Order: sequence, then C-alpha cells, then structure tokens
Amino acid sequence: MVEIAVLLKQVPDTTARITVSGDKVDEDAITSWVTSPYDEYALEAALQHKEVAGGSITAITLGPARADKVLKDAAALGVEQLVRVWQDGWEPLDSIQVQAALAVAVQASGAEYVYCGKQAADTNQGSTGPGVAEIIGAPCIVEITDFDVSGPTFTRSSATGSEKVTVAAPAVLTFSKTTTELRRPNVRGIMMAKRAQIELVGGEVGTTNVSVVRHASPAQKPPGKTFEGADSVPEVVGLLRDEAKVI
Amino acid sequence: MDITIIAESRSGELHPVTRQLVGAATTLGASTTVLCPGGVGADEAATILGVGKVLSVTGDCFSSYDGGAWSEALDAAAGSGVLIGAATSKGRDVCSRIAARRGIPVIQDVTALSPGLNVTHPIYSGKAMQDLSVSGDCVLTLRANTFPPAGDGGSADTATVQQSGDVRIAVQEAIAKASERIDVADADIIISGGRGMGDPANFSHLNAIADQIGAAVGASRAAVDTWEDIPHSMQVGQTGKTVNPSLYIAVGISGAIQHLAGMRTSKYIVAINKDPEAPIFKIADYGIVSTWEEALPILAEELGKLS
Repeated sequence: MVEIAVLLKQVPDTTARITVSGDKVDEDAITSWVTSPYDEYALEAALQHKEVAGGSITAITLGPARADKVLKDAAALGVEQLVRVWQDGWEPLDSIQVQAALAVAVQASGAEYVYCGKQAADTNQGSTGPGVAEIIGAPCIVEITDFDVSGPTFTRSSATGSEKVTVAAPAVLTFSKTTTELRRPNVRGIMMAKRAQIELVGGEVGTTNVSVVRHASPAQKPPGKTFEGADSVPEVVGLLRDEAKVI
Repeated sequence: MDITIIAESRSGELHPVTRQLVGAATTLGASTTVLCPGGVGADEAATILGVGKVLSVTGDCFSSYDGGAWSEALDAAAGSGVLIGAATSKGRDVCSRIAARRGIPVIQDVTALSPGLNVTHPIYSGKAMQDLSVSGDCVLTLRANTFPPAGDGGSADTATVQQSGDVRIAVQEAIAKASERIDVADADIIISGGRGMGDPANFSHLNAIADQIGAAVGASRAAVDTWEDIPHSMQVGQTGKTVNPSLYIAVGISGAIQHLAGMRTSKYIVAINKDPEAPIFKIADYGIVSTWEEALPILAEELGKLS
C-alpha cells in the first residue's frame, strides 16, 4: 500500500489570450482554465502507481475557489482525497510561501510519494517540486520522461542520454511529458466526483520580500519579411549573414 | 551587495552561460564569487572579467546528479546575499532547493536585471512579462542567451571547499543517446521540422543541414505525436523544451500556439512553409513561402558556400 499526493495547478488554457490592463494581467478576461499539462502527466503516473501498489491518492491544489475544478476532475479519475489550500488575502504569494503552504498539506496527507509537473504552464518557474521536497526533507527527481511503477523506477535525461533512477520514499517526483497521456474519466467516475468533498486548508504564510511592480505585454517584434518561392533562399541566407549576423 | 554565482558545466567544462551570469552580475556592480560544483571549470572561471573569487566545491555527491545533495553542499559553501544560477534543468532544481533551505524566494528564468533589485521574467509562456522588486536576499536563475557574456582578463583567487551532501537518488541504468546530436536546449542554432515534412525519414534533410552549420534538430509536437521515430527529446514547445537560440529555422511547421510558446524568444526566426497563411509567418523575421522539397536543397547549397 502506498500513500500518494499529487500537486495540481489550475492554469489558463494554452490558447487563452492574455491581456494586460492597468499594469496587471486581467485574470477575469481568461475564460478557459485547465489543469496544467505537466501535472496531468504526473497524475497519470500516480494513478498507475496506485493501481500496482494499492493505496490512495490525495490531490492538492493551491488557488481560489475556481481551482476546485482541477480537484473534481482528478476525483473523476479515482483520486480519493481532495485538498484546496487557500486563504483570502493571500495573493500574490512568492515561491517560498507557496511551497511552505503546500508542504503543510503534503505532510498532513501522509504521502510517501509526491507527484507534480516539472513546472506550471502559467508561471513557468519549476520551483515548487524541488522546494516542497527541501521543506519536507525529501529527495526530488526532476523532469521525469518515463516511469515503471513496479519498482518504481523513473527515467530522466542525462548528459550522455538518459538514465533510470530509483529513490527511497518519501520522495518528490516532477514530470516532463511522458509517453502516457492522462486517461479520460468514465461516467461512474464523473458521478462520484460530483459528490466528492473538498477539504479547504488555510493558515499563516508569513511575509514576502518580493513585490509585483507591473505586468506588461511582451515587446512586439517588428514585422518580418516574407519571400515567395524557393528562389528567395539565397537572399535570405545573405540576410542571415549580413543583416542578422547569426551564421 | 554580495553575489554568488553557481557555475554551469557541460561535458566536464564550463558552460558558456556561466559567462553570461557573470556579465549580468557585473551590471549590478557587485563583488562576485563563482561556485564550481565538483570543481568543474574553476580554472577558466578565474579568468573571467568581473569574478572576484572562485570556489571549487568538491565532494563525492558531485559524481552523479541529486539536486538535494548538490544544494546541501553548495548552500554550505555559498555566502548570503543574492545567489544566481542558470535557468537550466539542474540550475532551476538546485536554486529552488537552496532558496527553500534559506527560506528566501527564488525567481526563475529572469530576462532583465537592474540594481534595486529589479527583476523581469516572462509569465504565461511569454505572453506577458512580470516586473518584480526584491528587498533582501533571494535566488535568481537567468535565461541563457539573454545577458551579454563577460570577457576574459580576470585573475581571481581560487580556493577549494571540501563539501558533500547526502545522495538519495540512485542511478540504476544509463541509456546512451540515440544520436550524438546537440540537444535543442543547448544549441545556438536550431532547425526544426513539423508534420509538413510528410514522413519522419525526411528529417534526414534537416540533419544534413544541421551538420553543416553545427545546429540541433528540433520538432513540433505534431511531428513527435505523429511519428514514433521522432523522440520527445526533440520537441520544442509547451510540453517540450523552451529554447532561446540565435537562429531558429522552422520547416513545415504551421506555428501552433503550443509551438510558439517554446521558441518565440529566438533572436531570429526563419520559416519555410508552403502555406502563406501559416501562423508561423507572423513571428518569422524571414519567411519563405515554399515547399521544403524545393527550399532545403538550395538552403544546403547556400550554407555550403559560407564555409
């Protein structure tokens, strides 16, 4: 039997338009929120791990009420416990505040293995997995590309190719894209998820020495030049050499 | 302000990004100490202009990779203040853990830095930029190819610190790379193919051009998902690698938002696509409306003339 925690983050859909108004990204204008793609690879691996070893999974998210959706979606796939970490007035938290709040929930879950994505699709940071690992005193295998739950063993890239590694629990595992996409829920799962209870956890996160000054849209590149037909290739190579100076 | 830089290494030598970290630290007008994990690249680091001191951190833990062990050793060797690493896979891992050990924030993938401390980094895969102000100690990782590299001419003192950490990740089996090609995450020039290549065997044309100019070969998610022969390690984009080369050549790639998220900050982008309406042309510096079958042989010939 194995106790597993999965950290899931709700992020804007990849195709969502991000608009900045009043020096701040306008989150209200984002209409489509999804589970961060790398977290989905982690969740699928966790489900397979549980299937082989037995036990249960706790899904943990940090976010406002809308983030309940990622927990319910996980419940529809067979995740037993759902925890949302949040307290009004928290935003914006810095990395160490996020990690500390999540670490409390992870430890309360009694998890031996903590699965999460290598980074979230909104902040693109990659700090949470290793940071939580440090706080709970666990090793962390980062950017896993393949796994074998029977060991369990995990594959990560190395300077000479890739390597299969093992680690003793408790451990944190961060996932890159693997070969296994997240399964779809069945009707029974969706019905069960509707009744699933979400535990709300808040608490003290301390102060931060980071303040957000402003958000801005990225600088627009000047429009490029478009050429018709393969005959233009020599001209483009010339421009790369003389104008761009990159070859 | 004291700044400690964690040197990045590659194949037993100093990774070029290390000079960029020093260059960025110099703009803060700070005294800079460079830590070399496992002592790799310490001699070269001492010759970089702007480096005040080099510390070789040597310990058994550096013979394999365990971010927990590395950060334990490096944290013990590093002074307080601002710690700077590279926004690479290892750099992000080690810097996150050192920050957590010290109970201070980490800000990853920084693209601009000024005294204060003011920090800029992309969010939402580059669809917006975030400016932060930090008071007090923090850990930063910097995006490669964004800050000007520091030159030669330094003569810093070098010292060795014996310090290891507790290794808990065990390597069971090493699997050799399928090819000796440069990784897209490491390359200064990338040529990538999409589903428009028609067949994975046609990537041989991209390989040939890559060999000519020392480039890495990448692929779109569509290509990786469609063809088993195109491994995920080649994928550039949201669920693949984020790259920032000087030159990115996209061949038969339409330019789905997932792909653009991983390569839009490339310094120069060339797109070759037969569809003039392909979104990739919107972000290309030089777009060529042509089939790859017609364009690539001419490209190979023209590049051949350069050398």
